Amino acid sequence: MSAEYHEEDVPHVLAVDDNIIDRKLVEKLLKTSSCRVTTAENGMRALEYLGLRENHQQNHCNNNGSKVNMIITDYCMPGMTGYELLQKIKESSVLKDVPVVIMSSENVETRMNECLEMGAQTFMLKPLKLADVKKLRHQLTT
Amino acid sequence: MASVPQLQRQFIEYTTSLHNEGYLDDQFSQLQKLQDESNPDFVVEVVSLYFEDSEKLLNNLATALQQKSVDYKQVDSHVHQFKGSSSSIGAQRVASVCVHFRNFCEEKNLEGCLRCLQQVKQEYILVRNKLEALFGLEQQILQAGGSIPMME
Repeated sequence: MSAEYHEEDVPHVLAVDDNIIDRKLVEKLLKTSSCRVTTAENGMRALEYLGLRENHQQNHCNNNGSKVNMIITDYCMPGMTGYELLQKIKESSVLKDVPVVIMSSENVETRMNECLEMGAQTFMLKPLKLADVKKLRHQLTT
Repeated sequence: MASVPQLQRQFIEYTTSLHNEGYLDDQFSQLQKLQDESNPDFVVEVVSLYFEDSEKLLNNLATALQQKSVDYKQVDSHVHQFKGSSSSIGAQRVASVCVHFRNFCEEKNLEGCLRCLQQVKQEYILVRNKLEALFGLEQQILQAGGSIPMME
Protein backbone atom coordinates (compact mmCIF):
# COMPACT_ATOMS: atom_id res chain seq x y z
CA MET A 1 0.00 0.00 0.00
CA SER A 2 1.47 3.37 -0.99
CA ALA A 3 0.83 5.89 1.72
CA GLU A 4 2.40 8.72 -0.27
CA TYR A 5 -0.29 8.86 -2.94
CA HIS A 6 -3.81 10.17 -2.61
CA GLU A 7 -6.32 7.71 -4.01
CA GLU A 8 -7.41 10.09 -6.78
CA ASP A 9 -3.88 10.58 -8.11
CA VAL A 10 -3.01 6.94 -8.64
CA PRO A 11 -4.76 5.00 -11.39
CA HIS A 12 -6.44 1.83 -10.25
CA VAL A 13 -5.88 -1.05 -12.65
CA LEU A 14 -7.64 -4.40 -12.70
CA ALA A 15 -5.30 -7.08 -14.10
CA VAL A 16 -6.82 -10.37 -15.26
CA ASP A 17 -4.73 -13.48 -16.01
CA ASP A 18 -5.21 -17.17 -15.26
CA ASN A 19 -1.45 -17.78 -14.97
CA ILE A 20 -0.18 -17.13 -11.45
CA ILE A 21 3.32 -16.13 -12.57
CA ASP A 22 1.99 -13.67 -15.13
CA ARG A 23 -0.39 -12.22 -12.55
CA LYS A 24 2.46 -11.55 -10.15
CA LEU A 25 4.55 -10.08 -12.93
CA VAL A 26 1.89 -7.74 -14.29
CA GLU A 27 1.06 -6.62 -10.77
CA LYS A 28 4.70 -5.71 -10.14
CA LEU A 29 5.05 -3.95 -13.50
CA LEU A 30 1.97 -1.85 -12.75
CA LYS A 31 2.99 -1.05 -9.17
CA THR A 32 6.47 -0.04 -10.38
CA SER A 33 4.67 2.27 -12.81
CA SER A 34 2.78 3.90 -9.92
CA CYS A 35 -0.57 2.20 -10.27
CA ARG A 36 -2.79 0.67 -7.68
CA VAL A 37 -3.48 -2.93 -8.71
CA THR A 38 -6.22 -5.47 -8.16
CA THR A 39 -5.78 -8.88 -9.78
CA ALA A 40 -8.35 -11.43 -10.90
CA GLU A 41 -7.67 -14.97 -12.03
CA ASN A 42 -10.42 -15.21 -14.63
CA GLY A 43 -13.12 -13.30 -16.48
CA MET A 44 -15.94 -14.22 -14.08
CA ARG A 45 -14.02 -12.93 -11.05
CA ALA A 46 -13.15 -9.79 -12.98
CA LEU A 47 -16.80 -9.15 -13.80
CA GLU A 48 -17.80 -9.79 -10.20
CA TYR A 49 -15.22 -7.29 -9.02
CA LEU A 50 -16.44 -4.73 -11.55
CA GLY A 51 -19.97 -5.11 -10.28
CA LEU A 52 -21.31 -6.84 -13.38
CA ARG A 53 -23.08 -10.00 -12.30
CA GLU A 54 -24.01 -12.77 -14.73
CA ASN A 55 -27.11 -11.17 -16.14
CA HIS A 56 -27.19 -7.42 -16.39
CA GLN A 57 -27.36 -6.44 -12.74
CA GLN A 58 -25.01 -3.49 -12.48
CA ASN A 59 -23.62 -1.42 -9.68
CA HIS A 60 -21.87 1.91 -10.03
CA CYS A 61 -19.04 0.83 -7.82
CA ASN A 62 -17.36 -2.51 -7.31
CA ASN A 63 -17.20 -4.42 -4.03
CA ASN A 64 -15.01 -1.97 -2.17
CA GLY A 65 -16.27 1.12 -3.95
CA SER A 66 -13.07 2.13 -5.71
CA LYS A 67 -13.26 3.05 -9.35
CA VAL A 68 -11.22 1.09 -11.90
CA ASN A 69 -9.38 3.30 -14.40
CA MET A 70 -8.11 0.57 -16.68
CA ILE A 71 -8.47 -3.15 -17.24
CA ILE A 72 -5.62 -5.25 -18.57
CA THR A 73 -6.45 -8.80 -19.47
CA ASP A 74 -4.86 -11.89 -20.96
CA TYR A 75 -6.50 -13.14 -24.15
CA CYS A 76 -6.22 -16.93 -23.67
CA MET A 77 -8.07 -17.86 -20.52
CA PRO A 78 -10.23 -20.90 -19.83
CA GLY A 79 -13.95 -20.26 -19.47
CA MET A 80 -14.15 -16.67 -20.63
CA THR A 81 -11.49 -15.38 -23.03
CA GLY A 82 -10.08 -11.86 -22.79
CA TYR A 83 -12.06 -11.04 -25.92
CA GLU A 84 -15.33 -12.15 -24.29
CA LEU A 85 -14.50 -10.14 -21.19
CA LEU A 86 -13.79 -7.11 -23.39
CA GLN A 87 -17.14 -7.60 -25.09
CA LYS A 88 -19.03 -7.69 -21.78
CA ILE A 89 -17.27 -4.55 -20.61
CA LYS A 90 -18.08 -2.68 -23.82
CA GLU A 91 -21.73 -3.78 -23.56
CA SER A 92 -22.00 -2.25 -20.11
CA SER A 93 -23.28 1.31 -20.00
CA VAL A 94 -21.34 1.84 -16.77
CA LEU A 95 -18.02 0.41 -17.87
CA LYS A 96 -17.84 0.89 -21.64
CA ASP A 97 -15.52 3.88 -21.37
CA VAL A 98 -12.93 2.13 -19.20
CA PRO A 99 -9.90 1.42 -21.39
CA VAL A 100 -9.23 -2.28 -21.88
CA VAL A 101 -5.82 -3.62 -22.84
CA ILE A 102 -5.47 -7.15 -24.19
CA MET A 103 -2.25 -9.15 -23.63
CA SER A 104 -1.31 -12.21 -25.62
CA SER A 105 1.72 -14.43 -26.00
CA GLU A 106 0.76 -15.02 -29.63
CA ASN A 107 1.13 -12.36 -32.28
CA VAL A 108 -1.92 -13.28 -34.37
CA GLU A 109 -3.03 -10.42 -36.58
CA THR A 110 -6.68 -11.53 -36.81
CA ARG A 111 -6.83 -11.75 -33.04
CA MET A 112 -5.35 -8.29 -32.66
CA ASN A 113 -7.79 -6.86 -35.21
CA GLU A 114 -10.84 -8.44 -33.65
CA CYS A 115 -9.87 -7.02 -30.24
CA LEU A 116 -9.22 -3.55 -31.58
CA GLU A 117 -12.51 -3.65 -33.48
CA MET A 118 -14.32 -4.61 -30.27
CA GLY A 119 -12.87 -1.46 -28.72
CA ALA A 120 -9.68 -2.57 -26.98
CA GLN A 121 -7.36 0.36 -26.40
CA THR A 122 -4.20 -1.62 -27.11
CA PHE A 123 -3.02 -5.12 -27.82
CA MET A 124 0.27 -6.04 -26.11
CA LEU A 125 2.58 -8.99 -26.58
CA LYS A 126 3.67 -11.04 -23.59
CA PRO A 127 5.96 -11.11 -21.80
CA LEU A 128 5.35 -7.44 -21.00
CA LYS A 129 8.27 -5.10 -20.57
CA LEU A 130 8.48 -2.30 -18.03
CA ALA A 131 8.84 0.28 -20.83
CA ASP A 132 5.51 -0.86 -22.35
CA VAL A 133 3.68 -0.61 -19.05
CA LYS A 134 5.14 2.81 -18.27
CA LYS A 135 3.93 4.02 -21.67
CA LEU A 136 0.48 2.68 -20.89
CA ARG A 137 0.50 4.46 -17.55
CA HIS A 138 1.45 7.69 -19.24
CA GLN A 139 -1.48 7.32 -21.65
CA LEU A 140 -3.86 7.01 -18.72
CA THR A 141 -3.16 10.49 -17.48
CA THR A 142 -3.16 12.32 -20.82
CA MET B 1 35.68 -18.89 2.27
CA ALA B 2 35.79 -16.75 -0.88
CA SER B 3 36.02 -12.98 -0.59
CA VAL B 4 33.18 -10.67 -1.63
CA PRO B 5 34.90 -9.52 -4.86
CA GLN B 6 35.60 -13.15 -5.78
CA LEU B 7 31.98 -14.11 -5.17
CA GLN B 8 30.77 -11.11 -7.13
CA ARG B 9 33.03 -12.06 -10.03
CA GLN B 10 31.67 -15.63 -9.90
CA PHE B 11 28.15 -14.23 -9.94
CA ILE B 12 28.81 -12.08 -13.00
CA GLU B 13 30.53 -14.92 -14.86
CA TYR B 14 27.76 -17.37 -14.03
CA THR B 15 24.96 -15.01 -15.03
CA THR B 16 26.75 -14.21 -18.29
CA SER B 17 27.23 -17.89 -19.13
CA LEU B 18 23.57 -18.64 -18.43
CA HIS B 19 22.61 -15.98 -20.96
CA ASN B 20 25.24 -17.05 -23.50
CA GLU B 21 24.16 -20.68 -23.29
CA GLY B 22 20.54 -19.70 -23.81
CA TYR B 23 19.23 -20.90 -20.46
CA LEU B 24 18.03 -17.41 -19.63
CA ASP B 25 17.05 -14.58 -21.92
CA ASP B 26 16.48 -10.86 -21.53
CA GLN B 27 13.19 -11.42 -19.73
CA PHE B 28 15.12 -12.67 -16.68
CA SER B 29 17.07 -9.40 -16.67
CA GLN B 30 13.72 -7.57 -16.79
CA LEU B 31 12.70 -9.43 -13.62
CA GLN B 32 15.94 -8.45 -11.90
CA LYS B 33 15.36 -4.81 -12.82
CA LEU B 34 11.95 -4.94 -11.13
CA GLN B 35 13.48 -5.99 -7.83
CA ASP B 36 13.87 -3.07 -5.45
CA GLU B 37 13.97 -2.14 -1.76
CA SER B 38 10.20 -2.41 -1.48
CA ASN B 39 10.37 -5.93 -2.90
CA PRO B 40 13.91 -7.27 -2.34
CA ASP B 41 12.95 -10.91 -2.89
CA PHE B 42 10.87 -10.38 -6.00
CA VAL B 43 12.94 -12.58 -8.33
CA VAL B 44 13.14 -15.48 -5.88
CA GLU B 45 9.39 -15.20 -5.25
CA VAL B 46 8.47 -15.27 -8.91
CA VAL B 47 10.89 -18.08 -9.70
CA SER B 48 9.65 -20.11 -6.71
CA LEU B 49 6.11 -19.77 -8.04
CA TYR B 50 7.41 -20.90 -11.41
CA PHE B 51 9.03 -24.00 -9.89
CA GLU B 52 5.83 -24.93 -8.05
CA ASP B 53 3.64 -24.34 -11.06
CA SER B 54 5.98 -26.17 -13.44
CA GLU B 55 6.12 -29.27 -11.30
CA LYS B 56 2.33 -29.40 -11.27
CA LEU B 57 2.20 -28.95 -15.03
CA LEU B 58 4.78 -31.69 -15.63
CA ASN B 59 2.73 -34.10 -13.50
CA ASN B 60 -0.46 -33.14 -15.31
CA LEU B 61 1.26 -33.66 -18.65
CA ALA B 62 2.54 -37.11 -17.68
CA THR B 63 -0.94 -38.11 -16.51
CA ALA B 64 -2.66 -36.72 -19.59
CA LEU B 65 -0.32 -38.58 -21.93
CA GLN B 66 -0.82 -41.85 -20.06
CA GLN B 67 -4.57 -41.91 -20.74
CA LYS B 68 -5.94 -44.66 -22.99
CA SER B 69 -7.50 -42.00 -25.12
CA VAL B 70 -5.27 -38.92 -24.99
CA ASP B 71 -7.03 -35.57 -24.92
CA TYR B 72 -4.59 -33.54 -27.04
CA LYS B 73 -6.47 -30.31 -26.41
CA GLN B 74 -5.88 -30.75 -22.70
CA VAL B 75 -2.21 -31.60 -23.26
CA ASP B 76 -1.84 -28.54 -25.48
CA SER B 77 -3.48 -26.38 -22.86
CA HIS B 78 -0.92 -27.47 -20.24
CA VAL B 79 1.97 -26.91 -22.66
CA HIS B 80 0.60 -23.47 -23.51
CA GLN B 81 0.64 -22.60 -19.79
CA PHE B 82 4.15 -23.95 -19.41
CA LYS B 83 5.39 -22.02 -22.42
CA GLY B 84 3.79 -18.85 -21.08
CA SER B 85 5.26 -19.00 -17.62
CA SER B 86 8.67 -20.10 -18.93
CA SER B 87 8.75 -17.11 -21.29
CA SER B 88 7.67 -14.83 -18.48
CA ILE B 89 10.67 -15.69 -16.34
CA GLY B 90 13.10 -15.92 -19.24
CA ALA B 91 13.57 -19.71 -19.26
CA GLN B 92 14.22 -19.65 -22.97
CA ARG B 93 15.17 -23.27 -23.62
CA VAL B 94 12.12 -24.60 -21.80
CA ALA B 95 9.88 -22.27 -23.81
CA SER B 96 11.50 -23.43 -27.08
CA VAL B 97 10.78 -27.09 -26.39
CA CYS B 98 7.18 -26.12 -25.62
CA VAL B 99 6.83 -24.75 -29.15
CA HIS B 100 7.75 -28.14 -30.65
CA PHE B 101 5.58 -29.86 -28.10
CA ARG B 102 2.56 -27.84 -29.20
CA ASN B 103 3.16 -28.84 -32.83
CA PHE B 104 3.06 -32.51 -31.87
CA CYS B 105 -0.16 -31.89 -29.94
CA GLU B 106 -1.72 -30.39 -33.04
CA GLU B 107 -0.64 -33.44 -35.04
CA LYS B 108 -1.89 -35.73 -32.26
CA ASN B 109 1.51 -37.40 -32.43
CA LEU B 110 1.84 -39.41 -29.20
CA GLU B 111 5.44 -40.42 -29.72
CA GLY B 112 6.44 -36.87 -30.48
CA CYS B 113 4.60 -35.65 -27.41
CA LEU B 114 6.24 -38.20 -25.15
CA ARG B 115 9.68 -37.27 -26.50
CA CYS B 116 8.94 -33.59 -25.90
CA LEU B 117 7.75 -34.30 -22.39
CA GLN B 118 11.11 -35.90 -21.62
CA GLN B 119 12.95 -33.03 -23.24
CA VAL B 120 10.97 -30.31 -21.53
CA LYS B 121 11.42 -32.02 -18.19
CA GLN B 122 15.18 -32.17 -18.75
CA GLU B 123 15.40 -28.52 -19.73
CA TYR B 124 13.28 -27.53 -16.77
CA ILE B 125 15.46 -29.47 -14.33
CA LEU B 126 18.57 -27.90 -15.86
CA VAL B 127 17.30 -24.34 -15.55
CA ARG B 128 15.97 -25.01 -12.07
CA ASN B 129 19.38 -26.24 -10.93
CA LYS B 130 21.11 -23.27 -12.50
CA LEU B 131 18.72 -20.75 -10.95
CA GLU B 132 19.11 -22.39 -7.55
CA ALA B 133 22.89 -22.15 -7.94
CA LEU B 134 22.54 -18.48 -8.91
CA PHE B 135 20.37 -17.72 -5.88
CA GLY B 136 22.86 -19.62 -3.71
CA LEU B 137 25.65 -17.37 -4.96
CA GLU B 138 23.53 -14.31 -4.21
CA GLN B 139 22.96 -15.51 -0.66
CA GLN B 140 26.69 -16.07 -0.18
CA ILE B 141 27.44 -12.53 -1.36
CA LEU B 142 24.79 -11.01 0.92
CA GLN B 143 25.89 -13.05 3.91
CA ALA B 144 29.48 -11.95 3.35
CA GLY B 145 28.21 -8.38 3.56
CA GLY B 146 28.46 -7.60 -0.14
CA SER B 147 25.89 -6.43 -2.67
CA ILE B 148 24.66 -8.19 -5.80
CA PRO B 149 26.25 -6.70 -8.94
CA MET B 150 23.82 -5.11 -11.40
CA MET B 151 23.98 -6.90 -14.72
CA GLU B 152 23.54 -4.85 -17.87
